[in-house]
Amino acid sequence: MSIDLRAGSPPARVPFYNDPKVRSIAYQVALCAVIVFLVYGAARNAIDNLERAHIASGFGFWNQTAGFDISQSMISYSNLSTYGRAFWVGLCNTLLVAVIGIFFATIIGFIVGIARLSKNWLVNKAATGYVETIRNIPLLLQLLFWYNAVLKALPDFRDSVNIPGGAFLNNRGLFLPEPLPQTGFNFVAMAFFAGVVVSIGYHIWARKRQEKTGQQAPVFLVSLGLIVGVPLIIFLALGLPLGFDFPRAGKFNMAGGIEILPEFAALLFGLSIYTAAFIAEVVRAGIRAVSHGQTEAAYSLGLRAQPTLRLIVVPQAMRVIIPPLTSQYLNLTKNSTLAVAIGYPDLVQIFTGTVLNQTGQAVEVVAITMAVYLTISLATSLLMNFYNSRIALVER
Amino acid sequence: MATHKSLRASQFTTHEWGYPMKRIVSVIALAVMFGATSASAQTLKTVKDRGILNCGSNGSLAGFGLPDAQGKWAGLDVDLCRAVAAAVFGDDKKVKFVPLSAKDRFTALQSGEVDVLARNTTWTSSRDTQLGLNFIGVNYYDGQGFMVRKALKVNSALELGEASVCVQQGTTTELNLADYFRANKMKLKTVTFATANEAVKAYDSGRCDAYTTDASGLYAERLRLANAADHIVLPEIISKEPLGPAVRHGDDQWFDVVKWSLYAMLNAEELGITSANVADMAKSDNPDIKRLLGSEGNYGEQLGLSKDWAVNIIKLVGNYGESFDRNVGSGSPLKIDRGLNKLWSKGGLQYAPPVR
Repeated sequence: MSIDLRAGSPPARVPFYNDPKVRSIAYQVALCAVIVFLVYGAARNAIDNLERAHIASGFGFWNQTAGFDISQSMISYSNLSTYGRAFWVGLCNTLLVAVIGIFFATIIGFIVGIARLSKNWLVNKAATGYVETIRNIPLLLQLLFWYNAVLKALPDFRDSVNIPGGAFLNNRGLFLPEPLPQTGFNFVAMAFFAGVVVSIGYHIWARKRQEKTGQQAPVFLVSLGLIVGVPLIIFLALGLPLGFDFPRAGKFNMAGGIEILPEFAALLFGLSIYTAAFIAEVVRAGIRAVSHGQTEAAYSLGLRAQPTLRLIVVPQAMRVIIPPLTSQYLNLTKNSTLAVAIGYPDLVQIFTGTVLNQTGQAVEVVAITMAVYLTISLATSLLMNFYNSRIALVER
Repeated sequence: MATHKSLRASQFTTHEWGYPMKRIVSVIALAVMFGATSASAQTLKTVKDRGILNCGSNGSLAGFGLPDAQGKWAGLDVDLCRAVAAAVFGDDKKVKFVPLSAKDRFTALQSGEVDVLARNTTWTSSRDTQLGLNFIGVNYYDGQGFMVRKALKVNSALELGEASVCVQQGTTTELNLADYFRANKMKLKTVTFATANEAVKAYDSGRCDAYTTDASGLYAERLRLANAADHIVLPEIISKEPLGPAVRHGDDQWFDVVKWSLYAMLNAEELGITSANVADMAKSDNPDIKRLLGSEGNYGEQLGLSKDWAVNIIKLVGNYGESFDRNVGSGSPLKIDRGLNKLWSKGGLQYAPPVR
């Protein structure tokens, strides 16, 4: 039969509706049409129902006065600001806790992950205990624990713990002296940035020289001197041009200084510690994925244990670590919405909480919030994919 | 070989059909969800067909809406829903109470999850116009106040400048608080929580200097604090808070049913009809009483209810005064004075139009 087909010069004509290609295209077009129709129908229906029920719709609320206060804002905000401004305050608070949370989760995660591979029995078991305990308790419970532990354990405002250096700790938060740059401080800042730039240049030069001649340069010491030493000398030479606004006890609260709310601290603690447990496992898996032969090869080339880890094992492990690490970062960002349970004013608490309730425009508010989280997550993902493609195995 | 082939075939089906089908189903579910509100135009019929009234209630406010240890709901707002059920079904137990937070309550009513929202909700113009609600009246005239620790030695809300205040989010309370401090040129640190429970707990643990909500709520919450006697309610009432039940905009018949369930309770108190004497009162010669109790005219039928709708309300739930005393007044742990909530004939604001 098959021989016949190949030999016969005009292939048997198949009617076009039996052509699998045409069919599959037709099915997909039909499916798309149905989906578009259903989405349109749902949207139309929702709009009609909102109109019939006399529920306001549209985005006109964005420029209306909000009228409520927010306990923490990084940009200027008062109760006379608009709902739009409240949105930005919430977004900044979300990004703040997400970025700092990712920073700490990564550090703790890497330390614990490496500790789990330690040959030291105590370190190994402690890390295992941490991972197994933390990742098996729901995050919401952990947040409530941290919040209530932080609140209950800390003293009342009148019995504040006095931390040397002018800081105070009580159940209203941690109050730190706020640095106030005075004239001349600009020079210190400029020296610092110049130091960073020169250090990067020196690092590149040192690497090129090492590749050419094999000679190593004291990169760390020189960088330290440039970034810390020089600005410090200028700072001292100018006569310490930095003042502090110390927190003072007011009638009800501390006044002045920088205030770190207990809600923020609890959320940061909870998110970092929880996510770190997952990152630890990712790191452990990544390091385990590098075959032991690589380490042995490095040793036989005469490398010591520390450079072996830094130059041979970690770069290869990173290829395995980065993709799951990205999803942990995304999880942390999305989990920050649990702030709503402990009163931290993140985007969800402010926008889909108070703003939604005051304006009653659930569809618009929820749609905006979903779009924001999608954007944040996609941006994180994009960044990590870019980094991943940089460090991925280059095939020749 | 055959096994292998059939396996392939089944995989094919899952990939080519299973996934899009699931998507279509979810889109349909979404459309149905949005469609749900359109079905609610005839709430009375829907409720009758369903055989039970869905009532959005406060699940944690003593005196207004709170289930007891046996799961039996009690409160002034709860009684309103029981009255509506008594009027519609002749049975005040045919109510399903849905506990709602301040934040979720309007969405629950708008989406048709509940038929009546009786959850100590303040009647304001924007809620009337922007949220698609209709307030049926006022079942409790309230005002916002502050609670502080006695140890603070604060005697007036005007001394609260720079204080931290715990408040429940999504309430008029949150806005009044900001307004009051702004108007009096005082600084304020608000800490907002999604539910009243969390806000009170934070106040109790010392996170805030003051807790603010409607005065009735302050008395109710104070009872739940670790040491109630250590806290005082400040004398200032900083706002008007007419608390009333609400229904969805656009269903006048249901609006009338809920509205007149409240009015029946108020009229009953004014006419001296109580749950104890309602049977005797039916024999009364007073035409007002006869009309309310259905022995004269067809006022029940005009509402789409039975003739004895008001009798059922009074028999099963009681008149407004009984409900008030039992839940928030002298017969309750709250012991709140009737104050503005006295009948108009006794110097208060509670007034119901006549049945005729």
